[in-house]
Amino acid sequence: MTSLLIEANNLSRYYGNHCAVDDISFTLAKGEVLGFLGPNGAGKTSTMQMLCGNLAPSSGQIKINGFDLLDSPQQAKQCLGYLPDTPPLYKELTVNEFLEYCAKLHKVSFREISNSIASAKSRCGLSDVAERLITNLSKGYQQRVGIAQAILHSPEVIVLDEPTVGLDPIQIKEIRSLIKDLGSEHGIILSTHILSEVQESCSHVQIINQGKLVFNESINNLNQRMNTSTIKVVTRKAINLDLLSNINGIISIELIDAASQYLIHHSTDINPTEQLAEIIVNSGCGLLELSPTKKSIEDIFIGLTTNKQADV
Amino acid sequence: MILTIAFRELKTLFLSPLAWSILAVLQLLLAYLFLTQIETFVSFQGRLANIDNAPGLTDIIVTPLFANASIILLLVTPLLTMRLVCEERRNKTLTLLLSAPLSSMEIILGKYLGILGLLMLIILLICLMPLSLLVGGELDYGKFICNIVALSLLVAAFSSLGLYLSCIASHPTIAAIGSFGLLLLLWILDWTAGVSGKSSEVFHYLSMLKHFQSIQSGLINTVDISYFLLFISTFLILSILRLENDRIQK
Repeated sequence: MTSLLIEANNLSRYYGNHCAVDDISFTLAKGEVLGFLGPNGAGKTSTMQMLCGNLAPSSGQIKINGFDLLDSPQQAKQCLGYLPDTPPLYKELTVNEFLEYCAKLHKVSFREISNSIASAKSRCGLSDVAERLITNLSKGYQQRVGIAQAILHSPEVIVLDEPTVGLDPIQIKEIRSLIKDLGSEHGIILSTHILSEVQESCSHVQIINQGKLVFNESINNLNQRMNTSTIKVVTRKAINLDLLSNINGIISIELIDAASQYLIHHSTDINPTEQLAEIIVNSGCGLLELSPTKKSIEDIFIGLTTNKQADV
Repeated sequence: MILTIAFRELKTLFLSPLAWSILAVLQLLLAYLFLTQIETFVSFQGRLANIDNAPGLTDIIVTPLFANASIILLLVTPLLTMRLVCEERRNKTLTLLLSAPLSSMEIILGKYLGILGLLMLIILLICLMPLSLLVGGELDYGKFICNIVALSLLVAAFSSLGLYLSCIASHPTIAAIGSFGLLLLLWILDWTAGVSGKSSEVFHYLSMLKHFQSIQSGLINTVDISYFLLFISTFLILSILRLENDRIQK
């Protein structure tokens, strides 16, 4: 048996002529939390729907825990827990009734039903509202019921589509720690367009744009990449840019505000800060600020996605 | 697994006022019709005694009662079936079923049996009325059972068509109107029988009313039974295919 929980090969999906997902391949192993990032309409949800058997791929193959999703869908889906972008809740049922129904649907054996419901409830903090009707719960709690439903049968693979949407900051924190917690025993895929979420809870990152996979690395590599540092310089008078661009290690200079603020991008190997300060002070432009800025994941994201658009 | 879905379907129906109100309204209407049939019987009773081979209690009360029930159920079934798949799709709860380890057949059969459960309960309640006649009279059990079989098959056919339209339609009301229209058309199809010549034989066969009345009259004929069974299985299979198609097109 292979240790890979998900193998997706060359997935494509067309809606009419529109290509929503274009030739995506990736894998997920146990203990990994894979973050799916992308702007709206990038194909995140389509990809997740394909993984969960809600949508047939136009071409490509999906294997879940070694079972092909098309050849043996029932075994494959048995290993899946899925929280779609809108949690699928029967609002006229109570939390307990709903979870019991889900447990039965996922063929949890009769004896284990109450155990699995109890553990899912305590993990998602639902024990206090167990007897309430889902329709009367707040959106945050409904989202938690959705998550509880996905982890109920302790599936090998958990797929969460934007799990923290609509939650307050405390709940988001709780959900993130829950995801981390679950990540140790399961394989998790989560999609989001909030980048800090990926930094916090994922071990791997994939960025999708316009249906194409533009970035697929572990989170450590991503953080390293982000260290292509940038220095922010603020001066009183405009600087002669030629002076600066001669400095060793500087890649590019970006004007951000009129003529007084600059972003200076340089490689991580050489730190030109000292030289930079010296030149600016000597030129008499009046150095007001010189600060290293850490490139956020947002920058990488925007860089990657807009570059791709420019190519197209 | 099929039963799990069926039970939830039934439970949901009874959690909302829908099932209760339908049961109440149906029972009220049919009880009134039942009463008028009894009155007719009482007023005819004297004359019936003089006729040889006169129609009995069952012919005068039970058969018309079930005929009336069939028309009322023709109106009511679309209302019950319209939500089956359509509303799940609108509320996005269908995803839960589609990503669970279930085949489309299990989903469709579960939903179908759920709604059939309610309809059978309605038929059971209708049956109680003729059974109350046992207090002072006697029933022709053969005909009584034929009536039950006829109504059950008819209702099962109604709901299979309703289920299919619920799979197709984007909005429950459209499903209701569509299935009501189609059912009514199938009901009145043989009205053309008198108008045109040979071509009407097809219509004759397709008409639900004909087959229903045939079984109701106490004639259990394979033609009629297979008509209903074919009808039901056709629409169930179409529903299953339609649900499969959802994954491909969307």
